[in-house]
Amino acid sequence: MRLFDTEVQELKYKIIYELVRLELQGKVDRAFYEIPRRIAPGPNATMRCCIYKERAIVQERLKNAMGDGSISDNVVQVIDIACDECPVEHFKVTETCRGCIAHRCLSVCPVGAISFENKKARIDNEKCIECGKCMNACPYKAITENIRPCIRGCKAGAISIDKNKKAVISDEKCIECGACVYNCPFGAITDRSFVLDAIRILRDSDGGKKYKVYAALAPSIVSQFSYAKIEQIVAGLKEMGFHAVVEVALGADMVAAKEAGELAEKGFLTSSCCPSFVKYIEINYPELKRHVSGNVSPMVELSRFIKLTDESAKVIFIGPCISKKSEYRKKELSGIVDCVITFEELQALLDGMDIDVEKLEGQSLDNASYYGRIFARSGGLSEAVTHFVKEENLGIEVNAEVCDGIEQCRIALLKASKGKLDKNFIEGMACEGGCINGAACLHHGLKNRAEVDRYGKQATERKIKDTLLLNRLVDINK
Amino acid sequence: MLQIFICVGSSCHLKGSYQIIKIFEELIRANKLQDKVELKASFCLGHCTGGVSVKVGDDFLEDLTVSNAKEKFEEYIIRKLD
Repeated sequence: MRLFDTEVQELKYKIIYELVRLELQGKVDRAFYEIPRRIAPGPNATMRCCIYKERAIVQERLKNAMGDGSISDNVVQVIDIACDECPVEHFKVTETCRGCIAHRCLSVCPVGAISFENKKARIDNEKCIECGKCMNACPYKAITENIRPCIRGCKAGAISIDKNKKAVISDEKCIECGACVYNCPFGAITDRSFVLDAIRILRDSDGGKKYKVYAALAPSIVSQFSYAKIEQIVAGLKEMGFHAVVEVALGADMVAAKEAGELAEKGFLTSSCCPSFVKYIEINYPELKRHVSGNVSPMVELSRFIKLTDESAKVIFIGPCISKKSEYRKKELSGIVDCVITFEELQALLDGMDIDVEKLEGQSLDNASYYGRIFARSGGLSEAVTHFVKEENLGIEVNAEVCDGIEQCRIALLKASKGKLDKNFIEGMACEGGCINGAACLHHGLKNRAEVDRYGKQATERKIKDTLLLNRLVDINK
Repeated sequence: MLQIFICVGSSCHLKGSYQIIKIFEELIRANKLQDKVELKASFCLGHCTGGVSVKVGDDFLEDLTVSNAKEKFEEYIIRKLD
């Protein structure tokens, strides 16, 4: 069975795997010399024009794999030397052009960019302003539009093309969702990784003697690692040196309860679980910022809770999300979550440490309710909040607008900003389908949604309030 | 204040630690021990054998289950307070 959707993901995995090996051998200083040669051994190039370019690109990938933030603090970075294969022209005349005599394309072009050679239309790319009028005018549909996959994938409108025809991310507009990372067919946009930090946190714990390391596992794990059971992944994490594995869905239960209360109090609210959605509001609809729930995300909520039970605990979040890598490093959340890694990176860590989870005996994972678990898919958060409002008779009717992906978020926020949204709660998820389609999932599939619900139903606790009793066993005021 | 750590990690949860929390809370109320005993949560006490893992001060309650929770509470916790 194939582990990843694409070979770009596999390449990223291989580099992190090699990096993990070198770090464990105490030879990470050799990484920039050794890893490019292992990935592109030659003599023939397999990905680019020559092995020297391939190796140069691997070095750039390595910088990101080692968390390098010298270009900008954005967790999503363009590898500019890897970005050079997309067609340069935005609009192109294809073979379908019949060389008609009407020349509608020429008539509508506002800048005179169209001429005719051997009776066929030709676009002068120096003059073309990419308005698309010629494409719409052609009766044969002979003019096609090429949109770069990164730009097509970026619903935040953060990517442009510079004068050298390379993709550039605007840090002011980027919401760090990572859609471009998953969409670029050449892997020319990638996410910075903090796996070395994770390894060092585990190693420095001295097997749990100095402090204990907790894995906070996101509920979208259910549709990942299809070759092994979740229980075996839990056993693998323990083998890696984690003291305990806790479901982030428990944090989701706690957040849903607080969010329900907040909604009842304020009357109109947007969710705050997805850091990319929150960032999208801050950038594009600052006037709505005051309506964003004051609650932290389930990741942060759970981390805080774990640290209330164990003051010296370190928490590493493991999930499908690139944006979380930005969230945990925010100044105001400093010291709560100690590291974030993705499912892609977890696979590289397990393999790099020679942990074959398929051979391990499973260990149970059961901390959250059904509702906490379904946070992993679009609509789950709203269902959880609605359930809690009813269960506790909070005296309001939840009328939720479930926004699946940034495009739907944009429409709902636009309506809300004009006072034309007939709802009192906006659930926003940047990734279409919710976290189960997060940019750093191993694979993305249609059946994932059903798996989330099935997994939710396996939870011992059916109601959110059943898990909230844990709040009575910590000093929340701390 | 006597601290009782109850393991709420996955394995102990499945063995009934949430019910034991409720039983202990009820016993604390019934015996008016609110000022003497404090229940605390822990994700894994590193003592994953037999029953639900519960630590009273520095000692573990062995083979604790939902059915013997009341008995064990009276036998070990109340006695410890006397």
